[in-house]
Amino acid sequence: MAGAPPLDVDRLIDDRRTRIIVCCGSGGVGKTTTAAAIGLRAAERGRHVVVLTVDPARRLAQSMGLTSLDNTPRLVDGIGNGHADEESRGSLHAMMLDMKRTFDEIVEAHADPDRAAQILANPFYQSLSSSFAGTQEYMAMEKLGQLRRAEEWDLIVVDTPPSRSALDFLDAPQRLARFLDGRLIRLLTAPAKIGGRAYLRVLNAGFGMVTGVLTRILGAQMLRDVQTFVSALDTMFGGFRERADYTYQLLRAPGTAFLVVAAPEPDALREASYFVERLAQERMPLAGLLLNRVQRSPAARLSAAGSQAAAETLQVNGAYPLAVAALRRHAERMQQVSVQRRLAEHFTAAHPIVPVAEIPAQAEDVHDLAGLRAIGQAFGA
Amino acid sequence: MSTRDTDWDGVRLHVVTGKGGTGKTTVAGALALALASGGKRVLLMEVEGRQGIAQLFDVPPLPYEERKVAVAPATMTRPGGDVFALVADPESALVEYLEMFYNLRHAGTALTRLGVMDFATTIAPGLRDVLLTGKAAEAVRRKTSGRTGARVYDAVVMDAPPTGRIGRFLNVTSEVSGLARMGPIRGHADTVQRVIRSPDTAVHFVTVLEEMPVQETLDGIAELSGLTGIQIGGIMINMTRPLPLPQDQIQAAAQGQLDADELALGLKTAGLDDSRGLAAALLDELAADAKTALGQELQRSRLDDAGPPCYELPWISDGVDLGGLYRLAAALREQGAA
Repeated sequence: MAGAPPLDVDRLIDDRRTRIIVCCGSGGVGKTTTAAAIGLRAAERGRHVVVLTVDPARRLAQSMGLTSLDNTPRLVDGIGNGHADEESRGSLHAMMLDMKRTFDEIVEAHADPDRAAQILANPFYQSLSSSFAGTQEYMAMEKLGQLRRAEEWDLIVVDTPPSRSALDFLDAPQRLARFLDGRLIRLLTAPAKIGGRAYLRVLNAGFGMVTGVLTRILGAQMLRDVQTFVSALDTMFGGFRERADYTYQLLRAPGTAFLVVAAPEPDALREASYFVERLAQERMPLAGLLLNRVQRSPAARLSAAGSQAAAETLQVNGAYPLAVAALRRHAERMQQVSVQRRLAEHFTAAHPIVPVAEIPAQAEDVHDLAGLRAIGQAFGA
Repeated sequence: MSTRDTDWDGVRLHVVTGKGGTGKTTVAGALALALASGGKRVLLMEVEGRQGIAQLFDVPPLPYEERKVAVAPATMTRPGGDVFALVADPESALVEYLEMFYNLRHAGTALTRLGVMDFATTIAPGLRDVLLTGKAAEAVRRKTSGRTGARVYDAVVMDAPPTGRIGRFLNVTSEVSGLARMGPIRGHADTVQRVIRSPDTAVHFVTVLEEMPVQETLDGIAELSGLTGIQIGGIMINMTRPLPLPQDQIQAAAQGQLDADELALGLKTAGLDDSRGLAAALLDELAADAKTALGQELQRSRLDDAGPPCYELPWISDGVDLGGLYRLAAALREQGAA
């Protein structure tokens, strides 16, 4: 592609200092498959890799020879390697985030057994841990932190949740932490600490108004659940905040690389642009853009217009239907190639220093390690 | 002349879901246009704050306000119609709700300052979704003031969250009822559920003919089928393309068994250089296209077996602009989806 510096994925994964690769991008661009392909390639080049996915795609699990993915890293069989000796042989584990399980584990790790049981049984906690829109993002980052601390792998490849906006995972942990640390929580915990209805006397009018409104919106019983939950969780607040900060710092540390994955389509590239800008703003280390599903032609020397003209010439004399069909299809392909190229050039014009690598469109869906390997070869070459 | 029959006559809330990257917003926009033709008023609603509708219709970013964004084309027999758009965000919906039911408008600022807004709209499980679906239900039921009391909108089309989250999004009552066993939120959620779980509402699935989006569609249909009263609408197959070759040659093309000599001779006759080399390259292209087409046929047959009616929206090669959107709307009408 004209102008953009090339993104050297192999150099990135061969560099032992690279410890975390975060794949981000909007939904439907092939992010999860790309993350798995990167993990496989790195493992086959000697790294000890764990791929953390949030996407419950059964097909992906099957393509790695696993019946399903769960919250525990599973060893993937059939990793090839060019190294003869055992010591330089790589390995690949894969896992899928179970956000409720991960949340439960944090609670169990930070509270004494009685209190943990109390929290786990709270209706508000149960909803929060399984459905709050930000929980998945928070837990993905939490799991990333855990894997990093475990020091069992020298490279973690993580794909980000299929959020409405690909950026949510940067904000969500902080939002949750802010909430848990915030004034509202102190407000909600106050009555429970003081006990009974006496809180109305000691709190100022503003607080009283707010609890009043909350009661009217949520109902008294839900508010009680929240209060019970929050006061049970009280001892863990510091821990939450600390963990969110730790992961955020981890993302900015040397050794972390962000790869933005996009398809050569207007929406996906618009999201990619936004993401690149946001990462720069947060001073997160961006390795580059992986442009997935790029249409290519082995006969690029014949232009769309030339191919179309030739098809028309032949059509007139009515012979050679195969050549007519092939030329028409080639014209369409070349047209798509130029549309995609234009989109990629727009991206590079706006972000001239962002390195780019392309992954050609695959004719068939990925079914096995060979399919993942083929993708890795495409961006590695 | 009365209006013709369509597959979803009587449906007033069209919920459009789909996996990311399948063109959910585009299809929702095309459906709104299709429903508006014939002099109807349609509201197209966005709930994820991406401003996708504004981009689709090429208008400036939309506020929390119903604005006209497009006119459906008139035909010889029918007048045009109007498509309005609304970007619904939970905070504005909450303020509106407080104002409407409790006259609590000015509480908004204090609530924001104390983080209650954050809590209510992002953290309290399910509340956000109740507020958004509640806004759609309100628009569906809204009537003009005065004695006639006509419906303000003939139909509402919601560009809903992706397939992976649609069940939870629509099933808000169970989310909320676990938490709020009584009280106004519970009451509101129950009202919303009555609209969503009625013949007035249909949930359409947008997909493309690839394995993962099709699997998500089938999973989504299975999930919603388990929720009593929710009507599954159509499967909207987006970006479909004609076969690259006649049906009986696809298999041969995929296996690289087409006649290279004949192709080369044709290319030579057309005056192209290096006809042998070119023929080999073009056969490679045809083989890739044929493999893709075979994969798509397989996915299509899975969708055909799923039960709900399938509609096809053609691939638009140079990107969907307003003109392309009208073409998609026409395709939906021709197939009886609107």
